[in-house]
Amino acid sequence: MTTNVVFGLLRVAVLVAALKAADGEIADYGIAATNTYVWIGQGLLGFILLWGTNELAERVRSGDVVVDLYRPWNLQSALLAEDVGRSGFAFLTRLAPPVLFGMLLFPFQFPENAVQWPLFLVSALIALVISFAFRFLIDVSAFWLIDNRGLYGFWNVTSGLLCGLTVPIAFFPEWAREALWMTPFPALLQAPIDVFLGHGSAPKLLLYQAFWAVVMLGLGHLALQRAVRKVVVQGG
Amino acid sequence: MIEVEGLRREFKVATSKGLRRRYKTVTAVDGVSFGVAAGEAVGYVGPNGAGKSTTIKMLTGILVPTSGRVRVSGVDPSKQRRDLARRIGVVFGQRSQLWWDLPLRDSFDLLRSIYRVPPRDYRARLDECVELLGLRETLATPVRQLSLGQRMRGEITAALLHAPELLVLDEPTIGLDLESKERLREFLKDINTRRGTTLLLTTHDLDDIERLCPRLMVIDHGRVLADGPLDDLRAEVTPERELVIDLREPGPAPDVPGVTAVRSEAGGLRHHLTFRRAEMTAAQLITLVVRQVEVHDLAVVEPEIDDVIRKLYQRQTLTGRTSVES
Repeated sequence: MTTNVVFGLLRVAVLVAALKAADGEIADYGIAATNTYVWIGQGLLGFILLWGTNELAERVRSGDVVVDLYRPWNLQSALLAEDVGRSGFAFLTRLAPPVLFGMLLFPFQFPENAVQWPLFLVSALIALVISFAFRFLIDVSAFWLIDNRGLYGFWNVTSGLLCGLTVPIAFFPEWAREALWMTPFPALLQAPIDVFLGHGSAPKLLLYQAFWAVVMLGLGHLALQRAVRKVVVQGG
Repeated sequence: MIEVEGLRREFKVATSKGLRRRYKTVTAVDGVSFGVAAGEAVGYVGPNGAGKSTTIKMLTGILVPTSGRVRVSGVDPSKQRRDLARRIGVVFGQRSQLWWDLPLRDSFDLLRSIYRVPPRDYRARLDECVELLGLRETLATPVRQLSLGQRMRGEITAALLHAPELLVLDEPTIGLDLESKERLREFLKDINTRRGTTLLLTTHDLDDIERLCPRLMVIDHGRVLADGPLDDLRAEVTPERELVIDLREPGPAPDVPGVTAVRSEAGGLRHHLTFRRAEMTAAQLITLVVRQVEVHDLAVVEPEIDDVIRKLYQRQTLTGRTSVES
């Protein structure tokens, strides 16, 4: 949590310096919006468990996944439920503190319309589901790769840039911006932030997110089915 | 309860490094057929790599067979894995189904929800297991702090909370000390006889079999070498029994037709005689012996179960076959 706040301070400093150099505004982001973007982003990061654990993949590698597979449950739903539970805790410990910190100590852009608050929560929840679905796919790849730590590391390095954590996606050149919004990455972080800031149409953003949530969960479901049918459980 | 017919499972194993991978096919289970009736207790033994765990994984639906037919509790395991999971319990001696950081009680409670066990049944079953296995004091302890023996008792309780018809145990006594082993065996015996839960267990500890399983299946190189009551296997594989007699006075071994005096000890005070179980009973031999010499004490020695199994393996090696084809 402290780390989150410290990184938030660094990011605010860098982005605000960039804004000052660009006459106070870049693509809809003024000083208050930028501060808000940073603090909401720092909070969401923990809430959606963007860089969550690689636990399932480790269990595949060690063979402990047999235990998960012989239970009368849908493994994907069970793990999603676990993540939702974790994020409930993370809401209090990871999301609220940096956002409050930013609200109290920095120029902050509060939603103009009260309805943006609940919409933001919905958007954050869908983001959590998509984040889970991404990580589930990476985890399940371990059935084929045995050791997926390379892929997992690649995810850790790239996801921040692609989902709009490093700089707002609005700062990207037009072609990159358009390409990124065709992918599920902005749905992880940029979309809920946009809902909060009132950038773009909230229903459209939520629909975009919901679409990717369904697609990514579906892919994970298929991948797990295939994995279980063709793949070997490690160890005696 | 279990029907297996012509069950076969192959694995591809990489044999060379580099870009051009070559694979060879290894047959882990090679045409295994057997049936287990409800209420039986069957021991499934074989050396490492014989195909035991692979069979178990196919029986529980975790591995899909390459070919052959499997029915467990009336369903096809790999197609109806979730259905099956509700009806059977599985304990892997080397893996844990408990939550590492949670107290035992919380793990059980989670399993109750996962298996949707009605609260009243749950409490009754939990109480019974906790009582018989002596888990009362450990219920509040996080699993990571339990000893192996306590954890295994927890694992078995966890597998029984949904009252499965069949309990599959993959090396349940591995790594346990004698007392813990004995306690587990007693408990398993009890649920088998009293509750009628069918047991299938793999083990390297042949005492498990001797104490628990009237029926024994021996597997090696993916094939069933023998299947039947332990006593029959003994008779078949080791046709000779041994009678040890202690004489009152040192003297030569009694001379009975069809009986070999293998060796004598203590200057002729003790003699080891072997006889074929097909030709005479121990009682007949004893009658003949006491007519000739004055016997102080005697004992009939049955071949150890380890010997029986070793002989089975040897017989297999003599017929010579490999299970590896490229």
